[in-house]
Amino acid sequence: MIIDQVPQRIVPAPCNDEAPLLDMRGLRIEARSGEAWHVIVHGLDLTLRRGEVLGLIGESGAGKSTIGLAAMGHARPGCRFAGGSILFSGRDLLREPAAGRRALRGTRIAYVAQSAAAAFNPAHRLIDQVVETAVERGGRSRVDAMADAKDLFRRLSLPEPETIGLRYPHEVSGGQLQRVMTAMAMVCRPDLIIFDEPTTALDVTTQVEVLAAIRSVVEDFHTAALYITHDLAVVAQLAHRIMVLRHGRLVEEAPTRTMLEAPCEDYTRSLWAVRTLEKPAEPEAPCLLQMEQVGAAYGARRVLDDISIRIERGRTVAVVGESGSGKSTLARVITGLLPPVAGAIVFAGEPLPAQTQKRSKAQLRRIQMIYQSPDAALNPRHTVREVIGRPLEFYGGLKGREREVRTLALLDMIEMSATHLDRLPSELSGGQKQRICIARALAAEPELMICDEVTSALDQIVQAGILKLLRQLQTELSLSYLFITHDIATVKAIADRIVVMHRGKIVEQGDKREILAPPHPAYTELLLSSVPGLDPDWLTRLLAERERDGGTHATSWPDRLPKTGNRHV
Amino acid sequence: MQLWLKLMRAPLSAKLGMAIVAVNVACVVFAPWLAPFGETEIVGQSWVPGFWGADVQGAPATWLGTDHLGRDVLTRLIFGARNSIVIALVTTILSFSLGITTGLLAAAMRGWVDQILSRTVDLMMGFPTLIFALMVLAVIGSSIPAVIGVIALLDATRVFRITRAVATDIAAQDYVEVARLRGEGMGWIMRREILPNAITPLAAEFGLRFCFVFLFVATLSFIGLGVQPPAADWGSMVKENSAAISFGILMPLFPAAAIALLTVAINLIIDWTGATAGGVHDDH
Repeated sequence: MIIDQVPQRIVPAPCNDEAPLLDMRGLRIEARSGEAWHVIVHGLDLTLRRGEVLGLIGESGAGKSTIGLAAMGHARPGCRFAGGSILFSGRDLLREPAAGRRALRGTRIAYVAQSAAAAFNPAHRLIDQVVETAVERGGRSRVDAMADAKDLFRRLSLPEPETIGLRYPHEVSGGQLQRVMTAMAMVCRPDLIIFDEPTTALDVTTQVEVLAAIRSVVEDFHTAALYITHDLAVVAQLAHRIMVLRHGRLVEEAPTRTMLEAPCEDYTRSLWAVRTLEKPAEPEAPCLLQMEQVGAAYGARRVLDDISIRIERGRTVAVVGESGSGKSTLARVITGLLPPVAGAIVFAGEPLPAQTQKRSKAQLRRIQMIYQSPDAALNPRHTVREVIGRPLEFYGGLKGREREVRTLALLDMIEMSATHLDRLPSELSGGQKQRICIARALAAEPELMICDEVTSALDQIVQAGILKLLRQLQTELSLSYLFITHDIATVKAIADRIVVMHRGKIVEQGDKREILAPPHPAYTELLLSSVPGLDPDWLTRLLAERERDGGTHATSWPDRLPKTGNRHV
Repeated sequence: MQLWLKLMRAPLSAKLGMAIVAVNVACVVFAPWLAPFGETEIVGQSWVPGFWGADVQGAPATWLGTDHLGRDVLTRLIFGARNSIVIALVTTILSFSLGITTGLLAAAMRGWVDQILSRTVDLMMGFPTLIFALMVLAVIGSSIPAVIGVIALLDATRVFRITRAVATDIAAQDYVEVARLRGEGMGWIMRREILPNAITPLAAEFGLRFCFVFLFVATLSFIGLGVQPPAADWGSMVKENSAAISFGILMPLFPAAAIALLTVAINLIIDWTGATAGGVHDDH
C-alpha cells in the first residue's frame, strides 16, 4: 500500500569527529524598514553535520525562514548579511562569488518551500520540472534523471509513480505536490535540504503522509536537513536536534528528546500552550439552534446531506473534518449565503428564513461569523474605529460619543487599547487582526458565533491567546459557538460537543469526551490518530500500527486521493 | 501639509507635468486677463509670423503670429484651453459617474442586473466610437451639450467594463460578505466596501480617459462637429489652419503642440500616482 516499509528508526547519532557540513558563526542579518536597517538575526551560531536533521522552531517573525535561506547564501530582497560567516563544507558562502554560490544551489543544497502550489510552474509537466536541475546543472542524462525521479516518486509513496510526472501541478493534491517538490530537491542527491514549513498548509491526515515520506528519504540517503516549522510536534518526528528561536536569537538548543522532556526555558514550554488547554465539562443548556436533516447543493452537486445538529446556549459545538468535508459549507447554510435544498433550521424557537436577504435585522444580528483569514475579512481601507463602530451604529443606532465609548469598551474586552483606534488592518499583527474581527462580531451582541478555522492561520502562542479569549467571552456573555476546525488540539481547548464530518455527511457526533475516547468509527480514528503527538516516537508507532492493521485503513486511504483536477488547497 | 510633502518628494517628471497642468489651469481661469487681445478680434493680416510680426506695417506685435483670419494665435490658444479643457473635464466626470455607478451595480448585484448592463454595453461597444458619435450628432444636431453627452455616454462603456472587472474581484472578498451578512444595503456595499478599494486603478484610468476625451473633442472639432466657430478650440484651430502647412507656415503646429503637451503632462502625473499607489500594495 501507500506505506510500503515501516521506517526502522535508527537514530544515527551523527559522529562528532567529522567536520560539520554547515557551520554558521555569529551570523547577523539586517532588514530594511523605510530608510533604516535593523538587525533581524543577532549573531547566530548553528552547526549541522552530515545526515543530521536540525529543527528550527519559533513563532512567525523569529527569523527561521531568513536563516533557512541564509544556509544557501541567499538574503531576501530588503535583507542583507551584516556579519559572521556561513561555512558550507569548508567554503564561506558569504565570501564566495555569486557564480560559486549558484553552482551549489540545487545540486548540493536544495530547498523545499511552504507553498508547493506557488513554487511549481503551472504550465509545465511535473517530471520536466523535477529533472530540470539534474539535467541542466547536475550533468545527468535526461533518461537517467527521469528513471531516478520515478524511483523517488515510489519512495515518497506517490500514487502511480510511473505516470504521475506527466501530470500538471493542478492535477495533483497539495500533499502530493509537496512530495513531488521533495523529489525535485532530492533528485541531485544534495548534501543539505532546507524544508521551510512543508506541511503547514496541509490537513492533518495529509501531513502524516508527507512527514513519513520526507523522513524515509532523508534517512535512506543520509541527507542533512534544516526543518523549519512552528509546530513542535511535527519537528519532533524528524529532527535529531531542535533549536528554538525568538526575535532572531537562540532561546534554547537541545537534542529532541531532552527538549521535549525537560525544556529549560518557559518560552519553549509556551510553544505547545494550545495543547495544554482543555475546556472542563459543562451541564446541558437550552437549545439555541437546531438543524433538522438539512441538505445543500451547488447546482446539481450535493455538498451537504442529512445534517442534524443542535447547538445549546452558552456551549460550543466543534465541527471537524478534513478540507472538502463540507464544514465551511455548513457555515454558509446557517448564515443563509447558501440556502438549503432540504430540511429546516430553527433558531431560538423560530424557523430561520433560508436566505440572508429574507432575514430581519434582528435575526442577522444574533448570528455573527468570524473568518479563517482576518486579512480577507477586514476591509483594507477601513480603520479599526470604522470596523468596530459600524455594527454598533447599524444595529444599535449608536452615534458620536456613545459609539466611541462602546468601541473602546469592546477593544478593552479583546485586550487592545485606544492606540489602535485609527490603525488600518495593514498596521496590525495577525493575532490583533483576528481580535478585531472578534470585536466586530461582538459589537452586534450576537447569541451564536460561527468561527470558521479562526486560529489555523495563526501561531501556536497566538492561537492559545485567541482561544482563551473566546472561552472567557463565552462565560461572560453566554455565547454559543459553532467552531469549525481541523485541529484536534483546538477542539480539546474549546468544544463541548463534537461533530465529525466527511464528504458532506455527519460521521459521528456527541459529547467531546465520548467522541475523543475509543472506540471510533474508521474515519474519526484516522482523523484523531493523524494529529502529531509531542513524542518523538509517535510517527514511528503510528506507521507501525497502520501497517499492522492495514486492512481497516486501506479502505479509507485511497478515496482521499483526489480526482484529477479537483484539488483543495 | 502631508499632501505638500508628498508633492515635494515627487520625481522631476511629475513636477514637470504638474507645472504644465498648472499653466493650463491658469489659462482656463484667467483667459480674458491673460490674453493680449479679444477672442475673436482681428489684429492684422492672415498668417503673419510671430515675434517679428511687428515689422509688418499696421500690425501690432504678436508672440505666435496670426491665424487664417488674422486673429492672434496666442489669444486663441488661451481661450481655446477654456473650451477644450472644460469640455474634456466635464465629459470625463460625467462618464466616470455613469460608468462607476453602473459598473459597481453590476458587480455587486450580479444576476440579471449584470446581464442587462453588460449586454447593453457590449452592444454600444459594437459600433466604432467615431461613427457612433457622428451618427448621433448628425441626428440631434451639434451643440456643446450634445457633444459632451455623446462622448460621456460612449466613454462610460469603457469605464463600466474596467469598474466591473475590478469590483467583481473585490465583491468576492470576505469583508464584502461580512457586510452582506450584517444586512447592509447595496448603496453601502458599493460606496463604502468596494469603491475605496477600486479607486486606485480607476484614478489612473481617469487621467488616461481625460486625454482620450480631449483628443476626441479635438477630432470632432477638426471634422467640424465639435466646438463651433467663432469660439476657439485647439482641435478646430488645427483644422482651420491646416492649409497653412503647405505654405511652410508653422502656425497649425502651435495648437497641435498644446494638445500634445497637455496629454504628456497628464500622463506624467498619472505615472507617478500609479507608482506610489503600487508601492503601497507591494509592501505587505
